This record gives sequence, structure tokens and C-alpha cells, in this order.
Amino acid sequence: MKKEIFEPYNVSDNNFEQCVKCTICTVYCPVLEVNPDYPGPKQSGPDGERMRLKDPEFYDEALKLCLNCKRCEVACPSGVKIGDIIQSARIKYSKSKPKLRDMILANTDIVGTMASTFAPIVNTAVALKPVRKVMDSVLKIDHHRMFPKYTGLRFETWYRRYAEKKQQEFDKHVSYFHGCYVNYNFPQQGKDLIKVMNAAGYGVHLLEKEKCCGVALISNGLIKQATKQAKHNVEAFKKSIVDKKMPVISTSSTCIFTIRDEYPHLLGVKNEEIRNDSELATRFLFRLIDEGKLNLVFKKNYKKRIAYHTPCHMEKLGWSIYSTSLLKMIPGVELVQLESQCCGIAGTYGFKKENYQTSQEVGKPLFNQIENSKVDFVATDCETCKWQIEMSTSSKVHHPISILAEAIDVEATMKLWQK
Amino acid sequence: MKFDNIIIGGGLSGLTCGIKLAEQGKKCAIVSSGQSAIHFFSGSFDLLSKVNEEEVTNPLESMKALPDTHPYKRVGLDKIERLTNDALHLLVRSGLNLTGQADRNHFTLTPMGVMKPTWLTLSDFTSFDNKDSFPWKKAVILNFSGFLDFHTLFIKDGLKKFDVQAQIKNVSMKQFEAIRKNPSEMRSTNIAKEFDKENAIDEFAQKANVLSDGFDVVILPAVFGLFNKTIADKLKEKIEKPVLLLPAIPPSVPGIRTQITLRERFQELGGTYLLGDNVEEGVFENGRLLEIRTNNHGDIKFEADQFILASGSFYSKGIVATHDKLYEPIFGLDIEGDSDREKWFDEKIFNDQAFMRYGVKTDQNFRAMMNGEPVENLYVAGSVLGGANPLKEGSGAGISLLTSLHAAEQILK
Repeated sequence: MKKEIFEPYNVSDNNFEQCVKCTICTVYCPVLEVNPDYPGPKQSGPDGERMRLKDPEFYDEALKLCLNCKRCEVACPSGVKIGDIIQSARIKYSKSKPKLRDMILANTDIVGTMASTFAPIVNTAVALKPVRKVMDSVLKIDHHRMFPKYTGLRFETWYRRYAEKKQQEFDKHVSYFHGCYVNYNFPQQGKDLIKVMNAAGYGVHLLEKEKCCGVALISNGLIKQATKQAKHNVEAFKKSIVDKKMPVISTSSTCIFTIRDEYPHLLGVKNEEIRNDSELATRFLFRLIDEGKLNLVFKKNYKKRIAYHTPCHMEKLGWSIYSTSLLKMIPGVELVQLESQCCGIAGTYGFKKENYQTSQEVGKPLFNQIENSKVDFVATDCETCKWQIEMSTSSKVHHPISILAEAIDVEATMKLWQK
Repeated sequence: MKFDNIIIGGGLSGLTCGIKLAEQGKKCAIVSSGQSAIHFFSGSFDLLSKVNEEEVTNPLESMKALPDTHPYKRVGLDKIERLTNDALHLLVRSGLNLTGQADRNHFTLTPMGVMKPTWLTLSDFTSFDNKDSFPWKKAVILNFSGFLDFHTLFIKDGLKKFDVQAQIKNVSMKQFEAIRKNPSEMRSTNIAKEFDKENAIDEFAQKANVLSDGFDVVILPAVFGLFNKTIADKLKEKIEKPVLLLPAIPPSVPGIRTQITLRERFQELGGTYLLGDNVEEGVFENGRLLEIRTNNHGDIKFEADQFILASGSFYSKGIVATHDKLYEPIFGLDIEGDSDREKWFDEKIFNDQAFMRYGVKTDQNFRAMMNGEPVENLYVAGSVLGGANPLKEGSGAGISLLTSLHAAEQILK
């Protein structure tokens, strides 16, 4: 017997029916502007979805050009989850297999472990022009890209050796999802976080074996592995949040965005029990100050002119206000709010040879803003934005938490709550 | 998070309110659920174009014939003239270049080739004093090859009524080849982005000058100056003949520029603009709204002394109709509207539709009503107010601007 036509197979989870075809999303797509091969968010998202539900053959591999910046969703007046529609379609329909290069870029955990073990050799090697040329021609990792340096002493190792014991001295506690970048490349950011949280009266703990949030696995099509890691992380978060009543904070906007929103929307991994208590350290601190539970004392001699760049996933979360509010609390800071624009790197996207040019052109208006802003440095919450801005402008980039760590008078702050 | 005033809705109404309050030193936040209807802006703000099917010459005079339930009447006609001046000055201070006056409508040519009365017109566009004549005899209508959102034949047909000889010509340039590769992306904002880079304008002006030889006026789609605010003026300098820009199918290039200009003004005044967030609920106590909870900010609530609801009408989901009910989705405020669905609409689509007049019920000070009582510090402004049929009257922008200023004045009292 013929299959019944009316089945939920032609109903989308991602509300594409709400699209009224106003095309506002296309105005704010950073890719469409520089790469005409990309069909744009409306065509790739709700319009394409309508077709794909009829026949998967309509899937267009050009959807891989989407940065997943979600700026289309922020702009949409009808609340259509355009970015999610596009990413779900890639997961569901794409037939292209991840290349070796994609697996190397996506497996930040495994690659990070190996690279940090041999950090001096790896750092020297990947900085060498001939090596970069070979990576460019064999792996198609663009030779312009400088890999962030790997650390010889991973954050987790440093923590266990030097910081863990002291954390017991506090009355209040949080867990810290440090992410791959802090662990393998830039432990200083993690150290800064501990400094600030300790000053605020909180002991900082690691999760029971955190895994990479999986954002790069998702964007490179390694969905099975991403789902496995997501489930692992949700369990690890539960042990902290549900069992120990310890909220989880992070310093990476993309990690926390992925865990809060991409896990349920794209991977189907449920996270209701942990979502509300998984957030950025800046939001956690802002709440304490807003509720009158914390006062920060700042050094008198800290004086800087700082430009804040809103990473795409911060724009989507709507949370840049926490970072900028904290920075504005520092008496010596003059804050320049940059117009919110994509920097173009989008995680591993900009590392790929075929995307390099698009990536740099997307970022150009932001780079111009930064060069014209005459600031001491740029502040942002995302590590890949940091790499992109430092590579493409003359400016250094610091995390808001690192800026706080520098500007806070730790002893004076601690005195306020120590009795 | 504490503000003096929080405005729900980031369109014309919300931004006007926010700018006015921020100019007076208030610490304001605007929460907007996405980009606003200014993206569909034709280039002209209407005050009042039609009353009882009659075209309006002097909007201030004709307002007298409106019903007492109309927002203009409820603001008070004694105040309206001053508010129209205030609105114009606020927009000009924000950086918009507008012409027009409230006691005499002028005309603009629509993309259908018809003269339409209006109040304030952006300097990109041309204002006409007279609806029955067109100042030029021979017009060339220039379009970009492959651009489907500018309907040149309508314009040509419309101009025939003014005895204007019009000819349609197309322009191709390599700068637009890339966007043409994808037919669905050959739209006004993408053309505008090419012009924004300033590497297409000279060549385009040169072509326009050649193609307009023998004509009195050059008619073009309004695709100039999206993020770059000077391009439209530069174009008019470089083209030797008078240039008449006409709106293309939205999203509107001058509209988006207008939205950005107003938003930047609000932010320069210290305002916080939260885009892509939804207000989910409010906490009320003793007839006051204490704080609101938004989707992005969750348990970190937003407190304010006064709130303004400028969330738009049906299209923006400021009010919602389902099969059996009408409601205001954020707070569940009282609605001015019929509970009998049969009375919501007229089957003849071009007739006056009753639902167009539905909105949130307010007291005489424009404070929202909830369960029959006014909420002491929640004001309502713009199209969520109801009481008017902006489509029939040509009053949408005027209501947004003037009721917002009125609400702001109630707060500043």
C-alpha cells in the first residue's frame, strides 16, 4: 500500500513557516556580502527548507559557506531560527565527508593534547614558513594563518599543581569550564579567572573531566563525535550543578553558547537541568554586583582606552552588556563600543584555504573600525576573534576577565567580604 | 539591571521615545525582538493623508474630523501642532535630512507612478507641491540589468498621465556581476553595498550621463547609501540631470539607513539597545510594573521607573489574534477590540477592516489598562495603541512619532 502522504515528515522543528519573506536577514549576512557563491540566509534557511522537506535532493552543498554567526537570527523580526535551520540541514543532508584537514582542525582536544606535549617543537614548526607552505598545499590550511602557540604546561596540570588546594579555603564555589584554548594555548586566561573569582570570594574548581564543547566538530560535520562529547559534558555539568550546587562559569562565549543552545537545537542533547546555571563569568560577576552581593575595588593607577568587540555568539546571546558594564566600572577605563560586526574567522572556517579570502573580507570593516579607534587594545570574549583581530590589525586583544584581573585591587576587594 | 526607562520595541516609535527621554538625561534601554518596520520605509513619513475617503490638504485641519477615539484626538489637537514640530526637530537632530510641514501635505511619486500626499520626506527623494503636474517632459528610467525589484513599466505607465515621455534603459556593470550570479540576491541592499564601497559610483554616473542625453530627468531606484551615508548626495552631484529616486521593493536602503541613524543617535545619548531579545513577562505590584524578564537575560531582570510599550501591531506581534481570541502577548493587557470574531474583518479586502483599529486599551494618559485598572508606570505608544486605520488614513508614521513624544512627555512631567 502506498505510504500515507500526511505525515509529520514535512513539518520542520525550526519554525520556517514563520518566515514572511521580508529578506531583512540577507542585509545582515556577513558572508553574502563578500561571497556570491553563498545563497544567503533566506534562500539557504527557510526557503530552502521548504524544498528540502519535499525532496532532500534540493540540498545545496554551498550551505557549508554559512559561518553560523546567527546574525540573521538576531535581525529576524519574526523569530525564525534561520541559523539553526541551515546548520540542521547540513547535519541532515550533507554528503560531503570531512577531510583529514577538517578532522585536525575540529579535534581541538586531541590535537591540543598532542601539540602541548611537544609544545616547543610544534610551536617552532608551525611558525616556519616552509611548514606553513606544506600545510597550505597538502592540508589546505591557509599559510597566512598563524596557529596560536601551544603551552608546555596545560592549564589543568597547572591547576592541579598550584591552585587546587587553595580553592578549598573559600566558602562559596563555582566550577570552571575552561575550554580547549585556555587549556592548551593560553592558561593565563584561566589563571586570571581564578584571580578574579578568588578576589570575589569564590573557590574555582574543574569539572570532572571536561571535553571540548564540540563547536568545531559540529561545523566540520563530525556530528556523532560532537553528540558524544555533548552528552559527556552535560553529565559533567550535572555533577557540579545538580549534585554539588555549584554553577559552571566559562570565559569562552562560543563554548557557553554551544553548550546552552546548540546542544539541544542541533544535537538533540537535552540540557534543561544545567542550562540556567551554565554561563559566562562576566554575567556571573555582573549579577553579584547588580544584586549588591559583591563590590570590586580597582587600582587607582589603571588607565586605558579600550574598544569592545561583540563576537557573533555574544550578539546572539545578548550578553555583551555584562562585559561592557564590568569594564565601565573600572574608573580609569575609557570604553569605545565598536559597531557589532563579524570578524570573519568563525572558528575553524577562516583557517581553511578556500575560506581565507572570504574570512578577511568579512572582517575588513571591523578591522578598519579598530585601526581608527586609537585604543590601547581591544577587549572581547571570544578566543578565535582574538586570533583574527591580532593577525589582521595592529591591536592586541584581551579578555574582559583578564582586564579585570589586571585592574582589580585584590586585597582591598577581599577585605570587603572577609570578616 | 536598573534603568530610568525601558522601552519595549525598537521601531520608529520606540526609538523616538528613547531619543526624547535620553536627550533629557534619562538612562534608557530599548528591547527589540528583531529589526523593525523602518526597514520597509518608503522615504516619507505620513501624518494624515485621507479622512472619510477624501484626500487631505492640511492634516492639522482635517484631524478635527477624526473620531474622538483616534490617537491624535486623544493626545489633544491643541498639542499636536507643537508635537509635529518637536518630532521634526528630533529627527533632524538625529541626523536625518527631512522636508515638509504639518499644515500642508506635499506629494511624492510612488513606484506605481502615482502622486501621493505626505508629511515629511527624506532628502533622497523629491517632494512635489502639485499632484497634477510633473516638472519634466522627457524622463529616462534607468534600472540595473537583472534587478527585478524595481518595476519600471508601472512608472512609465503612471507618467503617461502627466504627458511625460518615458523611456526605460538598463545598465550593466561588472561590479554587479557577482551578485547577479544568484538571482535571488540581486536586491537593493546588495546593490547598495557595492555602491557603499565607492568603486562603482563614478562609472555608474558616467553611464547615466550618457544614457540621459536628450532627457530632462533621470529616474532611478533608491539603492544608494546603506551604511555609507554620503553616497546618495555624491550621486546627485555627479549626474548632470536632475535625479528622481523612487523606492524599490523592500528591504529599503534609505529605510535601513534611517534605522541605523536613529539607533546610533540613541546610543550616542547613552541608550542601551538590545536587539534580538524578547520580553517574556513582567512583575507587577500594587498597580505598578516593577521589572521585566527577557529571553536572553533570564533571571537578571530589568527594572525601571517607567516602561513604554511600543511593540507594534499584529505584524510585529504587539497584539496577536488566534481563531478565538485577541490578546497582548507580553503582559496580557486589556485589548480594545471586538470579542466576536465575525466582527473583526470585512470579507471585501479593500474595505475598512475593523481589526486595523484594535490595540491595547489605555487611560487618558496613555497608561496601559490591565484587568480594568491603569498600570501606573506603563505607557503605550505607536501602532500597538489602536484606534486608527493607518493604511486607510495614511497616519502610521505620524501616530508612531507623536504618541511616542506624548508618552515621553507624560514621563518627563
